[in-house]
Formats: sequence, structure tokens, C-alpha cells
Amino acid sequence: MSNMPAKQILMGINGDEAVAYAAKHALVDVCAAYPITPQTIIVEKFAEFVANGEVETEFVRVESEHSALSACLGASAAGARTFTASAANGIELMHEVIFLTSSIRQPVVMAVADRSPSGPINIHGDQTVSLAQRDTGWIMMYCENSQEAYDSTLQAFRIGEHPDVQLPVMTMLDGFVLTHTLENVYLLDETDAHKFVGRREPMMITIDGKQVPLKLDPKTPITIGPLQLFDYYMESKLQHSEAMEKARPVISQINNEWAELTGRKYGDGYLQPFKVNDADAVIVTSGSSAGTARFVTRQLRAQGKKVGLLKLRTFRPFPDKKLAKLLADVPVVGIFERTHTTGSLGGPLFNEIRSALYDHDPRPIILGYYGGLGGRDVTPEHFKSIYKELLKIKDTGKAPRYPIKYITVRK
Amino acid sequence: MNLFEIRFHGRGGQGAVTGAKILGDATRLENKHFQAFAHYGAERRGAPVMAFTRVADETIRIHSYIYDPETIVILDETLLDIPSVQEGMNEDTFVVINTPQAPQEIKLKVKPKISTVDATTIALDVGILVAGIAVVNTIMLGAVARATSIVTIESVKKAIRKGLAELPEKVIETNVEAAQRAYNELQIGY
Repeated sequence: MSNMPAKQILMGINGDEAVAYAAKHALVDVCAAYPITPQTIIVEKFAEFVANGEVETEFVRVESEHSALSACLGASAAGARTFTASAANGIELMHEVIFLTSSIRQPVVMAVADRSPSGPINIHGDQTVSLAQRDTGWIMMYCENSQEAYDSTLQAFRIGEHPDVQLPVMTMLDGFVLTHTLENVYLLDETDAHKFVGRREPMMITIDGKQVPLKLDPKTPITIGPLQLFDYYMESKLQHSEAMEKARPVISQINNEWAELTGRKYGDGYLQPFKVNDADAVIVTSGSSAGTARFVTRQLRAQGKKVGLLKLRTFRPFPDKKLAKLLADVPVVGIFERTHTTGSLGGPLFNEIRSALYDHDPRPIILGYYGGLGGRDVTPEHFKSIYKELLKIKDTGKAPRYPIKYITVRK
Repeated sequence: MNLFEIRFHGRGGQGAVTGAKILGDATRLENKHFQAFAHYGAERRGAPVMAFTRVADETIRIHSYIYDPETIVILDETLLDIPSVQEGMNEDTFVVINTPQAPQEIKLKVKPKISTVDATTIALDVGILVAGIAVVNTIMLGAVARATSIVTIESVKKAIRKGLAELPEKVIETNVEAAQRAYNELQIGY
């Protein structure tokens, strides 16, 4: 590959459309979706491409989100490259099949428009629904802006379909903040995108001494997804874990390839540090909040304050060692998450990051902040107030007795 | 150019959201980076709505609503007394108002750079109406181009043609001409 980035086309599109273009450029064979609320503009736009004959995708209109992912799983088992998208309650309805898809090791790509779970009823954004899928065994990537939504979705096909990996990938974009915001997005020329993403190559297995593709095919019948009780269930889980471990270098490798092709790189594929090295206080966050936090970090640095930002891009596989390496020497760390967990000490990001640092001595004082729930605006003021508190703790050495806080909540 | 932020206030049906998007796209035509988005609530005709456009020379990282805009565009003068309309307004803020009044006649808590144009009358004159409501969004973009110089009227016209591309050619040209008329008729009070 040459060192010159490929020619790209500048568009003014929203995050949903950016993902739809990525699916178009990825030469998806089958897209199944449930085409009403809580569906997204993603499949609406993609359905346009299908109707206009711009793609050769088989578009399956199913009767629910549960069926949407089931159809993708089935098509994928038959060797197709598959894609779907949904949001909020739609993802919740899929939950059963989300586990099935990863345990049957089908590299389905799904874009998740991150909207709040209903209860109270809400249509706006936070990451609670996607983070509730954290134990389903998918690769999970969070996007900061619409550009990254395009980039990560195209990368997702390469990562999931890699022979060492064979796992489904979900890419998250924050509801409304990204899904409904027009931004500048650079798209690859279709030919270059096709060259990058290629076609799905099925794994090969040996049956009766013959090499055959590992897919459902009446000519060479095989069983995919059989009953596995106490005899083999645990072995499958271990293999699933091993596949997730093998995804680690692949995510970095694809991130590097993408950088060569487009000039855009997302840290090491997992974490994007900004001014973390000498920082007294670091905020860790994910998704669009990372952009607003970076804006504030730059402002405060210009005022001489030693603050830094660590953006968490890939949540599964969780980059625990990389995180610990970047954060172990930072005096105070604040974790801002747009998710909510009741009855536990902090949310998933707080728990996993804190756990990753447990073996380190010294290790930072770590605080967790819940904010931006149900679409409440995440503003620069949020991050200014968090940095202020973190720097004060650094100066006084005094940590609050309870490390979890709510930002902008009325009591 | 550093961040330039524009906040639109209108009523449901006046096209504030589409206006914010077309303005953003017009700046993209001049190689700027932009964001355009709305404050999505329970939209209905006549209710106050907000939309936003951010413009910069480089990638825009911030993703929040706009609280300290460089420009406030008011599509309906009866919204002037609503607290959120005057939030973040100061003496340097460009305030572009759809009203038959002259800038000097507008009384606000602070003294911003006010300019006015009678966009509703222009809309009624040329017949830009949807379900009986005067749609003033594209017209006000002509006024914004003149008041702020953030973008040229030529780019605004191009972006209107692109943004309304699904409408009949005649309707599109009516919008383009109305934007030019607002550009010409804008009264500048600073």
C-alpha cells in the first residue's frame, strides 16, 4: 500500500447515513431489519440503496428485531456477509439472539444507535442498552463522531471475519448526538473501499477427507449451533474467549491498515490518549462525550492545567493491560459514563477500569461519574467541573468517601 | 477561524431544523467543517423549537447544544421573550430577527448586533407556505449570510438547491430568489 492516503469524497451527512454508506461500501450480501421505530435512518438509507439498485444486497423485512438478527444469523451461517442496525428497545428484544450469534461464531456486523432504555419512557441517548450487551461475547466499538462511525463500521467486517476471530461486531453511535447530527464525513471511493473490505471468505473444514467451506450447504450437510449441555457447553465458552483474545492484535492491525489507507487512526485501535503522559488528572470516557471532553482538555491545557483525556474506543475485548499502562501513574482519574447501573458500585466502565488497575502500586484514586442519561446534554461544563474536582483531590490528597457521583442531577 | 456557533429559534413548521442543515452545508461548500443538529423534543406545529449550526476551519470535536452562540437567528419574533432565546446573548452576538420592525425598535436585556428582515411578508408574497404556515427558513439564511459574513449568498443558494432538491424546480427557485431578497432587504442596526 502506498503512503499517500486514498482519494476521498467529502459529504455532509449524519451518523446514521455514514453507517449506511459503510454498509453499502462493504458489499453486504444480506441485510435484515425491522423497518419501524425503534429502527434508525441507517436501514432507511440502506433500503434506498437497495431500491435504487446501487447494491446487490438481499434486504429482508422481518416482523421484529428478534427476527432481524435471527435472519442475519441464518444468512451468515450460509456464508453471507450480513449487516443489521437497531436501537434501544429493538436491541433489547434481540438480546437472546445476540448471545446466539456470537456463540455460533457468525461475524454479523450490527450498528447500534445508542438510545436510552425505556423506563421511564425515553427516545434519547445514552449507552445503557449497548453496555447491557457486554457479556454477550461480541466485539464492541464506540464511535466519537460520524466519521468514526463510517470508519469503524467498515473495519468491523474485516475484524469479525478474520480467520482467527470469527465473531460478530457491534459499532455504537450515540443516539441523536451522532445519529441525527450532520457533520463533515470523508467517504472512500467505492473501489478503494471494496479493495479494503474484500469479500467474506468462508473458513474451510475437512469432511470425509475433503476440504469444504464451513457453511450451511445442502451439498455438504453439517450442523451449526447444536445442543451443548454439561458435556461441551463450557468448552465452547473457553473457545469463545480464546477467539476474543485473538481479536486483540487484529483490531490493532486493521486500525493501522485503515490509517495507511485514509490517514485516520484511532490510537492503537482501543484507546486514544490525549495529553495523558504528564497529567495530574485524567478523564476516561467513550463515544461522542470524548469529543466534548477533548475540547475542554485543550482549553484547560492552554491555561496551564495538567489534564488529560483517555478515550475508550474498544470496550470488548477490554483493553485492561493497555489501560493500566496509561493510567497507573496518573494521580487521579475520573470515569464519565453515559450509562446507569443500580445497586452496584458504579457503572461498567468504572468497574472494569478500576479492576484493571487493581494490581498496580501505586494506582490512581478513581472516581465514577454518571451523566448524559436519557439524552441530557453533555456539555463542556460537565468536564470542567469534573477536572476541577479531580485536580482538587490531587492537591489535597483527599478522596471522597463514596466514589460515585451524578452530574447535573436534581435532588 | 475558531468555532462559530449559530442557534436558530423558531416554531414547529417554520423549518428551523432544515435551515440549520442547509446553512451548515453552505459552509461545507466553502471548505469549512460543520455540524447541524436539532433539539429534539416533542415536536408539533407552533411549539418553540431550536436548531444549531457549528462552523470551524478544523474538525469539530465538541458535541453539545449551543449555549454561547455567535449568532442567534429568530424565525418568529413572538419568541423574543422566551428565556432560552436570550441565553448566552451579549453585545457581540449577531441577532437576526424575522420582523417588520427596524433593529432600533427591538428591545432586549442586552444590546447585541441586531438586524431585521420581514421574512414572513416575503414568504407570503412569493407563496412559500406549507399547510398555511409561512416557511421562512431559507429566506432567513439569506439574511444570516449578509448579517454575519459566515458564508456567501452564492453558497447559501447552492445549498438551498441541494437541500430542497426533492421539491419541484419552480419551488426551489422561489426559495433561492427569496433568500436573495432577504439578503438585499436586511436592515442592519450596527
